[in-house]
Amino acid sequence: MEDTLFRTISNQTIARGINKMEILAPHIAKKVLAGQFVMLRVDEKGERIPLTIADSSTRKGTITIIFQIVGLTTKKLGGIKEGNAILDLAGPLGRATEIKKYGTIILVGGGVGIAEMYPVAKAFKGAGNRIISILGVRTKELLILENELRKVSDEICITTDDGSYGKRGLVTEVLGQIIKKEKVDLVYAIGPVIMMKAVSELTRPYKIHTIVSLNSIMVDGTGMCGSCRVKVDEKSKFACVDGPEFDGHLVDFDELSKRLKLFIDLEKVANS
Amino acid sequence: MSERQKMPNRKPQERIKDFESVALGFSEEQALIEAARCIQCKKPLCVGGCPVDIDIPAFIELIKKKDYEAAIKKIKEKNSLPAICGRVCPQEDQCEKVCIVGKKGVPVSIGALERFAADWELATCQKSEIRDQKKLLVKVAVVGSGPAGLTCAGDLAKMGYDVILFESLHISGGVLMYGIPEFRLPKKIVQAEIEYIKNLGVQIKTNMVIGKSMTVDELFKEGFSAIFVATGAGLPQFPGIPGENLNRIYSANEFLTRVNLMKAYKFPQYDTPINIGSDVVAIGAGNVAFDSARVALRLGARSVTIVYRRTENEMPARIEEIENAKEEGIKFKLLTAPIRFIPDEKGFVKEIECIQMELGEPDESRRRRPIPKKGSEFVIKADTVIVAIGQSPNPLIPHAMPLLKLGKQGNIMVDTETMMTSIPGIFAGGDIVTGADTVISAMGAGKKAAVAIDKYLINK
Repeated sequence: MEDTLFRTISNQTIARGINKMEILAPHIAKKVLAGQFVMLRVDEKGERIPLTIADSSTRKGTITIIFQIVGLTTKKLGGIKEGNAILDLAGPLGRATEIKKYGTIILVGGGVGIAEMYPVAKAFKGAGNRIISILGVRTKELLILENELRKVSDEICITTDDGSYGKRGLVTEVLGQIIKKEKVDLVYAIGPVIMMKAVSELTRPYKIHTIVSLNSIMVDGTGMCGSCRVKVDEKSKFACVDGPEFDGHLVDFDELSKRLKLFIDLEKVANS
Repeated sequence: MSERQKMPNRKPQERIKDFESVALGFSEEQALIEAARCIQCKKPLCVGGCPVDIDIPAFIELIKKKDYEAAIKKIKEKNSLPAICGRVCPQEDQCEKVCIVGKKGVPVSIGALERFAADWELATCQKSEIRDQKKLLVKVAVVGSGPAGLTCAGDLAKMGYDVILFESLHISGGVLMYGIPEFRLPKKIVQAEIEYIKNLGVQIKTNMVIGKSMTVDELFKEGFSAIFVATGAGLPQFPGIPGENLNRIYSANEFLTRVNLMKAYKFPQYDTPINIGSDVVAIGAGNVAFDSARVALRLGARSVTIVYRRTENEMPARIEEIENAKEEGIKFKLLTAPIRFIPDEKGFVKEIECIQMELGEPDESRRRRPIPKKGSEFVIKADTVIVAIGQSPNPLIPHAMPLLKLGKQGNIMVDTETMMTSIPGIFAGGDIVTGADTVISAMGAGKKAAVAIDKYLINK
């Protein structure tokens, strides 16, 4: 709001290169539903970036975001001291996850996507579903929210690329074993594009409804610019207002993957 | 009678190197010569040609008398955003089109005089009266701070209402900030005029996405007695042809927002990047297409081409902007429509396959309909494409309000007299009702809505 700043209550490193930040924004905390995101801008010269809301508290009037420090904006965000403020925060945006009783749900989270998976897992659990969580990270020290997810999961499986924790291997190996054995009503995947694509390909022959939550580039986040457009079932959709969740069996992941690389060279300039 | 004064422009070769203003405004001397050309008609037609009913002969007479302060006050009785209108209004289709001097000769340059008076006020730092008057205990919410919202909010505040203006972006101004480029409408000017609206007593809340951060029902619960929805035509249209999601194909909205609102032209001093190549094509021929083309040129593109399916005669852009673009070296590829975007190996656009068009019978827009010529396909080079073929109404509020009656295009339906939507107490105006139109039409709608809302609240 004009002349309103958004104060950070806490900003801690929770894994290597990953921060968790709590921000005072009562009007967003009051409205947010699982699967929604905010657009934020750190300072006057800053870029607007989307971040999924990982948690919220109506009592404290706060929302929580979890982010990996990968670019200029997340670096700035990571450097904000507790009690200091960010300039702009708008939300909650995007369509919320459709929460109902499906039966058995497998949630697959990769990397920092695990943070975005948490509120969805919590909401599905609250609706009486049986939750199987599969978390995949490169190595143990990148794992986040393990305890929180254990609380809302009936079963949990952790994989690491290097075998430093849980099972060595990929999330898809675990997912493949489960869906071969038992009836699964819904698969929800969030993480790197390559992971979401692999999950969707794996569930396709089993005809298991698979939802993916996309991390497209956005500028306004309100349907105005089309930067986040993605091909779903051969039609252009806007991740910000039509998504961010889509049917994984209909998303053109290869196109999405290319679109995410549009600014890579310029990001290097910005970071230098 | 002396000749119509021509507003000086910066030289093309100089102005294409930066984002500073192209048109420099009248000197005082020019303004006085031009003001003297007005014959002060007893029954002036110009006022009727102005969507916000400015008393044009009166303010021109005051300029003639060198009472510039009184001139700008006269304009502001009706128009709260004169420095903006003086720059971007298509006066040639409005007040100047019906100017009686223009019947036999060349019309009075009304727009340039309006700009002169407004710029005089800003330059001399004349503080417009700050209103510290008591407010009515009646709250009105205005949603969207573009030209319609700002005008409606300002007018309601003048009537004494307690007005809160909600904006979804981090800064107010809507299309005036994200859409129209700096060289045509400096952002300082926009912010100065918004300052005036604030001085009238309007409170602005940015980062508030109505329909998401707060619903319209919640606004009523918070004690707002009426709501004006002016959320604009924010949803960019794409041609729906193969390859439209290739890299470096931007909607004009994205391209202009990155550059104008986020200041990508100052990257990396500002954080937001824009990625363009050397051969840029803008598709469309409205003001937005021309703005995009001229921005691309200033970002360093080697060649910029407007691709349009009709001819220059049917171009919807202002003649002045078409001329400016030509002077700057923008090329035209007319009677041409894209049918497919061709990628390179990394998923970036490389070429456009086009088809030749010919003009048939006039369509519902009364312009001759373009028809593809069979077998006339050809390929043009394009490593960056900006799509400026129109915008649909922003769907956020309609989505959040299933009871709101919508038109075929998703626009909000209103009673043309009362400006009220199908839901009592909710009014709408500007592009969300009409589809993409001019700044001044939106302001006219905002003005009409303010009167209608006042009437509604008095009779309630």
